[in-house]
Formats: sequence, structure tokens, C-alpha cells
Amino acid sequence: MKEVKIVTKDLTLHYGQKMALNSINIQIPEKEVTAFIGPSGCGKSTFLRSLNRMNDLIPSVHIKGEILIDGLNIYEKKIDVVNLRKKIGMVFQKSNPFAKSIFENIAYGPRINGINDKKKLTEIVETSLKNAAIWDEVKDRLPDSALGLSGGQQQRLCIARTLAVQPEIILMDEPASALDPISTGKIEELIFELKKNYTIVIVTHNMQQAARVSDHTAFFYLGELIEYGKTRKIFTSPDIKQTEEYITGRFG
Amino acid sequence: MRLKNKLIGGSIITASALSVVLILAIIVIILVVTIIGGKDTLSWKFLTSFPTDGMMKGGIFPAIYGTALLVIVMSLAAVPFGAITAIYLTEYAHEKSWIAQTIRFAVRTLATVPSIIFGLFGLGFFIKYVGGGMDHLFMGGQLKWAQPNLLWGSLTMALLTLPVVIVSVEEAIRTVPRELREASLALGATKWQTIKKVVIPGSISGIMTGTILAVSRGAGEVAPILFTGAAYYLATLPTSVSDQFMNLGYHIYVLSTQSSNVDQTLPIQFATTLVLLMLTFTLNLTAVLIRSRLRRRIK
Repeated sequence: MKEVKIVTKDLTLHYGQKMALNSINIQIPEKEVTAFIGPSGCGKSTFLRSLNRMNDLIPSVHIKGEILIDGLNIYEKKIDVVNLRKKIGMVFQKSNPFAKSIFENIAYGPRINGINDKKKLTEIVETSLKNAAIWDEVKDRLPDSALGLSGGQQQRLCIARTLAVQPEIILMDEPASALDPISTGKIEELIFELKKNYTIVIVTHNMQQAARVSDHTAFFYLGELIEYGKTRKIFTSPDIKQTEEYITGRFG
Repeated sequence: MRLKNKLIGGSIITASALSVVLILAIIVIILVVTIIGGKDTLSWKFLTSFPTDGMMKGGIFPAIYGTALLVIVMSLAAVPFGAITAIYLTEYAHEKSWIAQTIRFAVRTLATVPSIIFGLFGLGFFIKYVGGGMDHLFMGGQLKWAQPNLLWGSLTMALLTLPVVIVSVEEAIRTVPRELREASLALGATKWQTIKKVVIPGSISGIMTGTILAVSRGAGEVAPILFTGAAYYLATLPTSVSDQFMNLGYHIYVLSTQSSNVDQTLPIQFATTLVLLMLTFTLNLTAVLIRSRLRRRIK
């Protein structure tokens, strides 16, 4: 196992009175792909959204325990959430490009970081689009609206937009669930490329996808982390019966 | 039981149909009567010339000009203030916090206050209190601001149209999808950057709709400016916000009640009414079109 990037200690999360995550302890390695699987409502997306404090936006959420990223507790008072989110990018289930041009979508992050130099921005846009494997498809239409792209292209654009901020970690919340198999394949290839430079955490409903793209897999059920380990082991010889039942499709 | 349901359903449909016919009939009657009464007087010259012969003849240019100035100054006050309030309510205040609830209650109440009360408030607050204070402080007690003028009339009208702006902008802001805000925040944008670069651009058509509706309302109202700025007759156009102004709605009132020969001014009254109607119809139609385009975009 490589260096540990993210550690959670007894992470418990409530929506109002309802417990959504129960005492999660996990260690996520750097520059590898970790997949969260489990049936709907098992807490995997909630957990993912805790890692960049996206749950802060929901007033009824209460969190106990610790999330350490590079050894720092991200829920400590002195942590600046805005800076934290620059370090931890997020790709959402539904592609969500802004109603702006392709160029401006990518330039959005750098711009809010104070980069306004046109040459520098052009450079960042090109690199980000190339790294997200969409440059060849859009290089001639950068001033066009991003909303004119296909669903798969939009999702890769969103990945490029995330890369433009130069994060260390990329969280992906079912990034391919709304896409056709070809687009999904492209996203998976991209994930494989990206893990050379980024720590990737992906939530997926699709177990074949988890098996294909991830190095480690965590199985969540009813707010608990049931089993976590090397993907190959989880999918071939899980230690816990529930994991096996879920993976073989007996429930979920 | 079936028969009873059928009867109830039938009578509801009949009643709705009747009310639709009735409303349409009222609109048609108003339009037809106004057009017939005003069409011979309405001309380019009528729109661009001053009243003459003690307002028995001539045009209504000063009233059109004054109405335009009124709605412009009013919008300059009402739109930014209303938009900021709407942004606060949707983005910052917690739905159930007492301050948000108080503002919402105040906005709803403001929308139901009779317009003449706004006029009285403007007279008491803007003219007597603010204007009087300004005269005392800056004019050495000389009378300049403590009297009806364009500024006080416009601000009074702005109070009246504020709820329209707030509600329209709020509605528009709520249509900006949560996903877009999340995308922006996840990229490390602050809340204010997200509002500035994603939320406001995404709700610009709502802000425009609100502005146009407010302008249309402001162009048609008379009561708020009765005491606060509208003039019976002016030989010159207003040149500063401390001048009084003429106004289309007030002009109709003056012609139909204060004129020395009401019957003789009847064609002018109809033509002025027609101008006012066309103005507000056009504005409302524009607002409806923008709004429906916005709604289509959301689907």
C-alpha cells in the first residue's frame, strides 16, 4: 500500500435525528483508485460528500469523529473550507457544466483563484482538456456553449474543470451512471490515467465498474463500512457474508 | 353518486367558462371603448407636443416624459434594493430564521397596503422628515427638498413596487439548479463568488422580468405620487430630481375631474388612457414572454 492520503476516525454523521454513517474508520491510499459500493441509501455518497465538506451546505447534518487529509483534521475550526475544496475536486453524478462557453467553464476555477492572464488561462484550459481526454473533440469550439456537448463530453468537461484547479484528490459521485456504455468506457479509461497523479475516490452503483477501475473497494451497508480491502480480494473472496451476497447480486 | 359528481363537475366547468368570458368581455369593452374614443386624437403630434389652451387641446408629451423619468428613477432604487433583498432571503437567511420570516411577512404586507397609504407615507417620511432634514442641514432652512419632486415621488413608487421585484428575483434565483452552485463551491469558490458568477447570471431574466413588472406597475399607479411629486401642469420639462413632473395617470385624473370643461377634453382623455394602456400592456407582455422563456429553459 502506498502513502495514506485520507484517514477517517470514528466518523459518525446524522441527518437531524437519523444516523447516516456509523463510526466509519478507513484509510485511503494516495494515487490509487478507491471505490465505494453498496445499495442505495447505504451512506456511500454521504461519506464521499463529507470528504470535501459538501455536507456543510445541509444545515441538519451533524458530524462526529475525524477526517484527516495529509494528517490534518478537515473539520477543525481553523480549516478554510474554500481552500480545502481547491485541494479536493469533485465530479458529480449529473454533469453540471455552467451555462458558459467551454473555455470559460474550465477557466472558472483558475479565475476565482485570481488568474486572469489570458495566455496563462489558455494554457491551463488546454492542459486540463487534454488531461481529461476531451481536447481533440472540443479544441475547435472552445467559445461555444458547454451545454451543446453530449452527456459524456459534458462529464469529461466537468472532470477537466476540476483538474484546472490542480487538486490532489478527486471525488467522483457515480460519474458515469447517466452515460451510455461508450462514454462510460471513456470515463473509466480516464480514471485509469488520472490515478497516476491524483488520489481518486469513486462512488458507484455499478459493481463491474468498481472491479474494473479501482484498486481498493469499500462496501457500505446501512451506514456502516462492512468490508474494505483490495478490490481483487473483495470481488473474489470477501471475508464477510454480506459483502459476498451483495457482490453476487443476492441483494441490493 | 355518479350523477352528483357529473353535476358538480359540469357546473364548475360552466362557472369557469362564464368567468373567462366575463373577464375577456371586460377587457374587450375597455379596449374597444378606449380605442373608439381616442383613435382620432392619437397621433405622433399628440405624443410629442405640450398641452395648450389650458390643457383643453394639444398633446401629452410632458406626461409621457415625466412618467418615463419616474419609472427610471424608481427602478434605480427598487431593482438593486429588491435584488439584494431577494439574494439575502434565498442565499443567506435560514428559511426559518426570525429575520427571514419577518422580511417575508413585511414584503407580503407591503404588497397589500393600499397605494394611497404609500403616498401619505412618502409625504410624511420623504418630504417632511427626510426633505425637511436636508433643508435644515444643507439649505440653511430654505425650502428646496421639503416639497414634492421627482426624487420623492420615485422613491415612494419604489416602495410600492419593491415586493414585485423581490418576489420575481427570488423566484428566478430558486430556479438556478443546486448542482451548479455545488459545482462552483466544489471548485473552491466562495459563496459570494458563486452568487456573483453563477447565481446572478443564471437569474438575470428573472431580474429583468421583475424590473419590467415593477415599471409597468409604477407607470400605472397614481396614488403614491399624488402628494409626493406629480404636477397638475408644467410649462417646462423637469431637469433635476428636485423638480416636479407630469404623469400619464395623474393627467387622466386631472383632465376628467379638474378641467374647466370635462366634456370637451374627452377625446384627449381617451387618447391618454389608450397610451397608458398600451404602455402597460406592452411592458407586461414583454415580462410574460421573458418569464415563459425562462421557464422553458428550466425544463
